[in-house]
Formats: sequence, structure tokens, C-alpha cells
Amino acid sequence: MSLDQQPTPASSPAEPAVPRARHAVNAPQPPHAPQLAPSEHLAPPVPYEVESAVFIADPAADAEKRRLDIGGEWKGVSKKYLAVEMVGTGIMAVILIAAASVPLFFGLWFGWLTLAAVVILSAILLIIAPRRVRSIRYQLRDDDLLFRKGIMFTRIVAVPYGRMQLIDTKRGPLDRALGLAQLNFVTAAAATGVSIPGIPEKDVEELRDVLVSLAETRRAGL
Amino acid sequence: MSIPDQPGADQPMAEQPPLQQPAAAQPGAAGLTPAPVSADSDDGWKRLHPASPLLKGGIAFLAIIGILIANMRDMLIELVFDTGDGDGDFITFLLESEMLGWGLAILAALLMVGILGFYLSWRMHRYRITDESVEVRSGIIFRTHRQARLDRIQAVAVTRPFLARIFGAGKLEVAVAGQDAKVALSYLRVAELDTLRAHILRLASASRHGGRDAVAGIGQQVAPANGIAPGAPGFLPHAENAPSAIVQQRVNDFFGPELDPDLAPPESVVKISPLRIILSLLISNTTILFFLAAIAMILLAIFGEPQWLFGAIPMVIGVIGFFWSKLQKSLRFSIAGTPDGVRIGFGLLSTENDTLPAGRIHAIEVHQPLLWRPLGWWTVRINRAGYGTSADGKQPATTMLPVGTIDEVEKVLELLLPEGTGSEVNALTTQLLTKRDVPGFVATPKRAWFLHPFTWRRHGFAETNGAVLFRAGVVWRRVQIIPFARLQSIRVTQGPLARAFSVSNFSIQTILGLITPTVEAVDTATAERAFDRWSAKAIAAADDEDARAAESARSQSAGMGRADAVAAVGYGSAGSAEAAAAMLSRPMI
Repeated sequence: MSLDQQPTPASSPAEPAVPRARHAVNAPQPPHAPQLAPSEHLAPPVPYEVESAVFIADPAADAEKRRLDIGGEWKGVSKKYLAVEMVGTGIMAVILIAAASVPLFFGLWFGWLTLAAVVILSAILLIIAPRRVRSIRYQLRDDDLLFRKGIMFTRIVAVPYGRMQLIDTKRGPLDRALGLAQLNFVTAAAATGVSIPGIPEKDVEELRDVLVSLAETRRAGL
Repeated sequence: MSIPDQPGADQPMAEQPPLQQPAAAQPGAAGLTPAPVSADSDDGWKRLHPASPLLKGGIAFLAIIGILIANMRDMLIELVFDTGDGDGDFITFLLESEMLGWGLAILAALLMVGILGFYLSWRMHRYRITDESVEVRSGIIFRTHRQARLDRIQAVAVTRPFLARIFGAGKLEVAVAGQDAKVALSYLRVAELDTLRAHILRLASASRHGGRDAVAGIGQQVAPANGIAPGAPGFLPHAENAPSAIVQQRVNDFFGPELDPDLAPPESVVKISPLRIILSLLISNTTILFFLAAIAMILLAIFGEPQWLFGAIPMVIGVIGFFWSKLQKSLRFSIAGTPDGVRIGFGLLSTENDTLPAGRIHAIEVHQPLLWRPLGWWTVRINRAGYGTSADGKQPATTMLPVGTIDEVEKVLELLLPEGTGSEVNALTTQLLTKRDVPGFVATPKRAWFLHPFTWRRHGFAETNGAVLFRAGVVWRRVQIIPFARLQSIRVTQGPLARAFSVSNFSIQTILGLITPTVEAVDTATAERAFDRWSAKAIAAADDEDARAAESARSQSAGMGRADAVAAVGYGSAGSAEAAAAMLSRPMI
């Protein structure tokens, strides 16, 4: 559900709508004569005005809402990616179980306990793998890319196309076998860390080209 | 000291290398014209200050001389007073074994090689500034050619280490964003430094001035480059040639103001008194930690082993070193708005100044250590490109105000924030810093007080047209300002605990720096709305900035008269005025 459309009774019509349209912020600027010194028209006096009205919500209604969610049409990753995730989790589980069974060899009393804990943990991870894969979703909006991940710890990131410095594709052995690829997005901020796994190979080239061209037309820069 | 300006006085100049001709000999716009193409420059390639190799290896060179002298001292004393107990000394050994001749020969050979190396390295080190880029070529055997595009410039810094100041030289660094992405011109004459900086910035910055103003501004910056005002007695076009004049110039240079008074309007300058800087350091967090550690050590020494006191020695040395570096970086601090961007300068013995064109500031944080509260002091720092990427480990200056009152913070923010939306952000910041409840400030909802039991009323965000502001802390207070046009991505997260209280956490990613903007425990529905609004504003703000830049470029090239255009192309080829105007104001990477 898009929150832009939510009625915000306190916000007056004078308040500019969410500047979804490009150059929306430019609109209120007065037309200027070219002979004006730039400093005169580039700095229109901005009245001190905080858009607090937008964020005053009904506390009762808000309290009911528990899960973080952003509206729009989210796209999921390929179902085949579940296999990659399962294999990855399986390998990790095997390594963990092997490590946890070391105390058993030495006949330590807690050996069975650790082993049981690790086995249960691995089982849980394998069981929720489908759910985890389903939670990886993305959305290509007009001007930015949304990415979300996580069940317990939800994370939603918005990256404007114009901020993308480079986009690369990565394919591991399992990805290749299943015809999948991973798209990594790099911005000037190291912490952005958006990578979409499990995109079908045939889509990935197209998606990457679309994103690169979007990044180019939108505004290459910081 | 004053040399009559007549043909006779020009005589010694002919014998000087052509580089000696001061680029800033004539004040005014003529200073933009490059020094006449001399024998050692082709295609605009120029050489650096002749003392550059010496200055670059300066400390090592001094250390070697120091060791030599220390070794010689004993021997000299012995030669004069024949005390008879000189053994184990290398030079004594040479004397005794009658190999002094060989020693001297080797020394002379080493000196020759050194001087030749210095000379060659000076000859091979050349730079060029075209209307598109700054280029440096260097190296005798392994040659490098580095080129920085002017439209990608993030900052221009002038560093003048103590030794270089004695020689009247300084280093110019043009920084672009990226791993160790700097083009350093080390070292240049002071006069050249200022001309070049002004020229580079004129091309690269979002100078809001029209063509005529900007060029006139450069002329102004050239004239008093040596810290001598044009009318002052020390200012004579060829004064550099007489020894007394050189001394006078150096002295002026040393005691002259760090910030050239003509460079920025005085009302935009913030300076801090040394007394306040020292006091602020004395009551900083480091001092508290130091005292706690000292008390712990004394207690340990009294009730435990007295050896514990020895542990204090490295600690004291460390603390003194820390204070000295802090002091050195804060003394004579000034920040000013110049036509080319915000300029900060600091340093007592070694001075440094840095000019950041508009739009190169990615986040601002205003912060107050606990003990500064009674005095009402704050400190301001920023995120800027180049942090943590320098190969030599030197960080760019990120402190925009070491210590200042709320009024000074406001003044500094006025300089740092972009035109247009800046005053709004500034007004809000001041309110957030001084008051608990501010209209427009969205605090942690009451139901989630448990997540921030002491700070929940002060913890939250506010939004304006140009930026989003995060506030946190009761004991250590801070406000973070993130301009929409600069943010890289927005992230909203929610863990199980936050979900239980129906709140979410925000973090905004900017380029790497000391500030990591985050705000926790925002009401979830509000967070969702904010997420949508901010991601839209991030795009709109950048587009808006682009549009302004294009507009500014258009009106600049249109408003530029012919004479100005000619002056502006002094460094490059024809048509650079338009190219320069087109390059303005895009803080691209």
C-alpha cells in the first residue's frame, strides 16, 4: 500500500506533494531574467516551515500496526534460488555438526548437548529457508530500487538509480548450474550493501542494462 | 627593505632560473595569465619549487645531518682538547686507519648522487593545468602521470609544513573521490599556490558569482598572496630579489593572518580564540578518561605494586601527543565562506587550509561533550569524500568548528549548508540543540520509552525541504544533518524487540566518514511514510541541484563578457570559459 496516498488531514494543499515528479522542487521558483546575477535567483528566500503535519499520525491506529511494510508491487527471486540457499545452509550445517561432534570424541559430558543444539539449529535454518528466500524481494520504482530481506530482522533499503556507481553480476557454481545470477549494487557509500540473489540468467543481463541506463539518465553522481 | 623599482633592480633577476619570475608579480586580473612560457615548459607543463625534493625528504635529510653532527661533535672536541679517550667512533676509526681520504671520497660521491637525484627528480616533476584537468608527471625511472578531472574535484587543500614555510613554499592538493585519489603539487611558491587554487576552484566550484566577479575575485586573491596587503610597505613587485626583502616577506608570511582578509567577507568568518581551544581540550572527554586512568594507576600503585606507576609514562606521552596534535590542528582555526566554497584553515607552525566547493558535504554533525554543557559549547564535523582512503593515512580535515557557541554553530552551518534550503535547516538545528520539544520534531513514541528510557523525548528526527535531521542523546547530545541531495541510500529495519513496540529504526548511508546517521525507535507507520517521502526527496533534491547547476552554467556563460572570457582562458585554450561554466556546480564523482 502506498503511503503517499494516505490522507493526512493536517497537511494543507499548499504543501507540495511528495516530489515524485522530477524537478517538482523547481516548480515554485520564479521565472528569472537571464541577466540576473545567479546568486539572486538561485537562493529564493525559504520561509522557515517544518513539514511536521505529514508525520502526525493517529497513535491508536499506529500502535496496532506491528510489522514494517512498504507498499508497491514487490518482485520475488526465482524459486530455484531455494536450492542454492538449501545447499548453502546444508554445507554450513555439515561443518557445524562436524565441529560440534569433536567433544564427543573426547568423551566430554556436554558433547551430546552441543551436537543436539547444532542439529536443531540446522534443522530450523533448513525449515525456514523457503520462508527466508521468499522474504528477499525487490521493486523497481520510477527513480529508485527498493530491496527487502529478512523475516525476524526486516530490512528495507531504497537506492536511487542516480546514486549507483556500478552494478555487477556474480554467479557461483550452483547459480550457474541452475541458470541464476546475483546482482550487486555499489553506491559511493560502502554500507549500502544491496545484492539481489537468484535472478534468472536471461533476466539478469536485461535488468543490469536497464539499471545502468537508468543510472546514467537519472544523474551520475554522489 | 624597499628596493626602488627601476631597471637596475631587475638586473639580478635575469640570472635567476625562469621559474623565479613570480607569477603574481602584477596584482589584478593579469595574475591569471601564466608566466611567460619559459625554456623549461612546453605545452603548459611547469616545474615545481626548486627546493621541492629537499622539502619532501626534509625530515629525513635533517635527521641525517643531525646524526652526522652528533657523531662529529665528540671528534671535534677530541681534536681540539686531545682528551685521549676516543675509541669506537667510526670517524675516529677512519682517522686512525688513515682511510680518511676514502671516507671523504665516498661522502662526496654520495653527495653528488644525492644532488643529482634531487635535480633530476625536480626536472622530471612537472604539472599542467588545462581547462579540463590537473596533471602531474613525476619519476626518474618509474614514471607516473596523474590526471584529475576538474569537474570531479571534491576539495582543494593547501598544506604548508613548517619547513616549507621557511622556504616560502607550500603544497597544493586537488582531491577527487576515490582510493588515494589526490593530485599533489608539492611544492609550489606561495604566490603560485593561491593563483592556482583560485583558478582550479573557479573552474570546479559552484561559484555563485558571475563571470566578471569571479575573475575579479581571483585577481584579488593573487595580490596579497604573501600576506602583505597591496598598499603595505613590504609589497613591491620585485621585492623577492633582495635578501632583506625576502626575510621581510617570510616574516610577514609567518605572522600574517592565516586567512587572507580579502578572501572572504568578514561577517562570514568564524575564528576561535586560543584560550578557548586550550580550555575546551582540557575539559574534553579524553581528559576525563585520562584522569580516571591516572587515579586507577595511583590507587594500584598505593595498594598494589609500585611498578604500576611506570605504566603511566607511555600513557602520559600518548596523551601529550594527542593534545599536541589536537592543539596544532585547532589553533588559529578559521572557517569562512569564499566565492569558491567554504574554506577552513588551521595550524600554528604548519598551516593547512582546505576549500570545499558547494555540495561536497555529505553529512554534518553538531555534538556536545558532557563537560562542555555548562559553557554552552559545541563542535561541528562533517562527512566528506576522501575519508579513510588516503594511502599515507592522513585524513582530510573533517572538523568544521573545534569548539564554538551556539551562535558560532549557526554561522558555521550557514556556510556549510547549501543556499536556498540552508537557512531553514539551520533554524531547525538551532532549535533542536537548545530545546527539548520543537515543532516538527518527531520523537520516539511514548509506548517505546523502554527502548530509550532516558532519551526518548530527545531521540527522533525532523524533516525540512533540504535535509533530514536526526537527534539523539541527553548526556552526549548530537544532531545529525543529512542533505537529501547527498544521501546514497535509506535503510529502515525492524527487529523482534522493535516489532514488539511497533517501532522501526532508520539509517541513512552516506560516503564513508565519522558520522553514521541513524535514528532508532521511530513509530512504524511514521517510518513507512518517512521512508517513502525521503526516498522521493533524495531523487528530487539531486535533480533540482542538477537543474540549478545547468542554469548557473548557462547564465554564467551568457553573462561573461569578452574581456572576462579572455582572462579566463589564460590557462587554457580558447573556449574554456564556456567549458568552465558548464563544469560548474556538479559535485560528481
